[in-house]
Amino acid sequence: MRSSGIWLATTIAVCGFVAVPATSWAQQAPAPGDAAAQALRQEIAQLRTEFEARLAALEAKLSATGGGAAPPAPEPAAQTAAAPAAQVPPGAEGAGGPGGALPVYGGGSAASKVFNPDMAVVGNFLGVGGSNSVNPAPAMEMRESEVSFQAIVDPYARADFFLAFGETGVDLEEGYVTFPTLPGGLLMKVGKLRASFGKLNTAHTHILPWADRPLVTENLVGGEEGIGDAGFSVARLIPNPWIFLEATGQVFRGDSGDIFHSSERSDLSVIGRLRGYHDITESTNVDLGASYARGHNASGIVDQTDLGRFTTELVGVDATIRWKPLRRSIYHSFVARTEGVFSRREQPDGRQSSNGFYVSGDYQLARRWFTGARYDASDRADDSSARDTGQSLLLTYWPSEFSQIRGQFRRTKYAEGVTANELLFQFQFSIGAHGAHAF
Amino acid sequence: MKIKHIAVVLGVLCAVNSAPARAQGKLNVIATTEDLASIAQEIGGDRIAIDSIAKGYQDPHFVEAKPSFILKLQRADLLIVVGRELEIGWLPPLIQQSRNAKVQPGAGGYLDASGQVKILEIPQGQVTRAMGDVHPLGNPHYWLDPENGKGIARAISEKFSQLRPGDKAYFDQRLADFSNRLTEAEKRWLAAMAPYKGLKIVTYHRSFPNFTDRFGLDVVGYVEPRPGIPPSPSHTLDLIQEMKRQNVKVILVEPYFDLKTPNAIARDTGARVVVLAPSVGGVKEATTYFSLFDYDIATLVTAIKASGAK
Repeated sequence: MRSSGIWLATTIAVCGFVAVPATSWAQQAPAPGDAAAQALRQEIAQLRTEFEARLAALEAKLSATGGGAAPPAPEPAAQTAAAPAAQVPPGAEGAGGPGGALPVYGGGSAASKVFNPDMAVVGNFLGVGGSNSVNPAPAMEMRESEVSFQAIVDPYARADFFLAFGETGVDLEEGYVTFPTLPGGLLMKVGKLRASFGKLNTAHTHILPWADRPLVTENLVGGEEGIGDAGFSVARLIPNPWIFLEATGQVFRGDSGDIFHSSERSDLSVIGRLRGYHDITESTNVDLGASYARGHNASGIVDQTDLGRFTTELVGVDATIRWKPLRRSIYHSFVARTEGVFSRREQPDGRQSSNGFYVSGDYQLARRWFTGARYDASDRADDSSARDTGQSLLLTYWPSEFSQIRGQFRRTKYAEGVTANELLFQFQFSIGAHGAHAF
Repeated sequence: MKIKHIAVVLGVLCAVNSAPARAQGKLNVIATTEDLASIAQEIGGDRIAIDSIAKGYQDPHFVEAKPSFILKLQRADLLIVVGRELEIGWLPPLIQQSRNAKVQPGAGGYLDASGQVKILEIPQGQVTRAMGDVHPLGNPHYWLDPENGKGIARAISEKFSQLRPGDKAYFDQRLADFSNRLTEAEKRWLAAMAPYKGLKIVTYHRSFPNFTDRFGLDVVGYVEPRPGIPPSPSHTLDLIQEMKRQNVKVILVEPYFDLKTPNAIARDTGARVVVLAPSVGGVKEATTYFSLFDYDIATLVTAIKASGAK
């Protein structure tokens, strides 16, 4: 690494010094007589002193950098000598970068590259077989390529960006700054983010236990995009001697896919969530939540004027039970989750009170095999008399922590009276920085 | 309208009372593993209150970021981490949600214990995930060498003294005492292992390089084809051939791995499967950093003798 660069420099220096006396010798040697020999001896002695001093300096430098013995890298000597020897910062050694001197691009300081954010890309390929006339999806699709950039901004903040590339367009899925250490124990986020409504809404597509999102999300909570908007989020832990309890409050602009629509600056949407968590044993824990969301909807807009001033209110409850025996945590686990949503949507033909839910279980059979089942049902937000129901069976295989292959059989009975039997197959793969696992 | 709703949301947040009272006097220390907690306890004595996150018998790469750990971090004055990306899959979100400025990376209450230790297997040159789940900053299982234990203790003692300057003499004295006792114990451990110097063994994951390096064992293969990749039939067959060729009679396994493949290999090669504690708490006998080595060395020596190797 660093040491090999210095060794190379030393080698070049030594070669240089050896070359100089050799040349002198060649020029001086034919000169006859004692005087010439004496002059030659003096010159050699002088060169040796100089050479030893330079060598000592180089050695001192070498030991100061703490490098051990390493063979010189087989790079072209001239190029290496010319390149400024930027120090590889601690922690960056061996991180896939070049050994020794870092390359310099654009004349900037090469060391600045260690401040580059952690980057990763998660690919999500989805194929669908079978027929579905109500909600058709393409046979094969590179559904999402999520690019993430994450880094610490300064001692007070960190930033996270998630760009969702579809096959044709790009969407800022999330992009926010987090202030983790505000006074009063507040955790504040500012930017565009997925709202803390229930469990699924904050989850990015690639961490879901299914290849799709359940009907209740599709019908009542904004589908794949979910409730995601620009605004502020503040969360605080509520101290108590019993459980983990967190309250989150969020204020957004009020534009969120087809669920909220803001016609005036004052049409902000608000989200509130209370989450409780408790370890029952070291292997089993329970996670409970209640959420509320309110914002204006687009149903009262006539000729681009919001005449109706209609609103949508959502109430959600969720429960998750997890089991993972610590001694065999990489082999077996079980997660049961359920989420119910109640929607009250005002619209020109009156108020629609709809509800929906899903309940699912996922069991890990072996280190790389997971199986799951889900039942879901939901009314439609704009027509509470139309109810869709669905069932799914899943099998997931993980070649490694960084890729996943999933098959899902899904049977959906739509309110139109259509029943769709579909087979979804999904390939997911991630490259780049090792992200933390969601809990 | 809008104001009212914002007020409601903020009201929920403000209704809760102020931050929990922090324990005064004692330094509140959280370590990510039981090994670090044990060493911190040795140095901190009665001047600290210590707690840890990962259990010694669980795979430290795959700890769940449970919200209950957030509560532990919220109250901490100091967080001690193994570092070298061991905790990369679960610690960052915990720190981020801790609401505790003291334990953020780079802050005074954050200590990476790997600063003064010998790190092995730092990859040279290009690293790709084709190699499995490699740690670009070197093998993070460095605490299984008593000499590194001293390095960890030094780093912890310096940090304690920095946070509680008034107790510096106390920590210095305990560090000296700990190091002396460890030196004495290490002589004993080295003597117990001396007859088996150069013994060829196989391990499941690369959890023991510092241990085998210190105690003179020669690791000739791994049950995992690559770090973090579960055993494959072809690799297992190759390993069995290699073990027969080199007459390897000992397979070291961490307590959190399935014993099916190691047992199958053992049946075929006549080797013994030894479940060693990679950490304090890994087995019930390993309650401290000292008893961790006591247990591992005694278990290993018994197994080597029984295997008839050497």
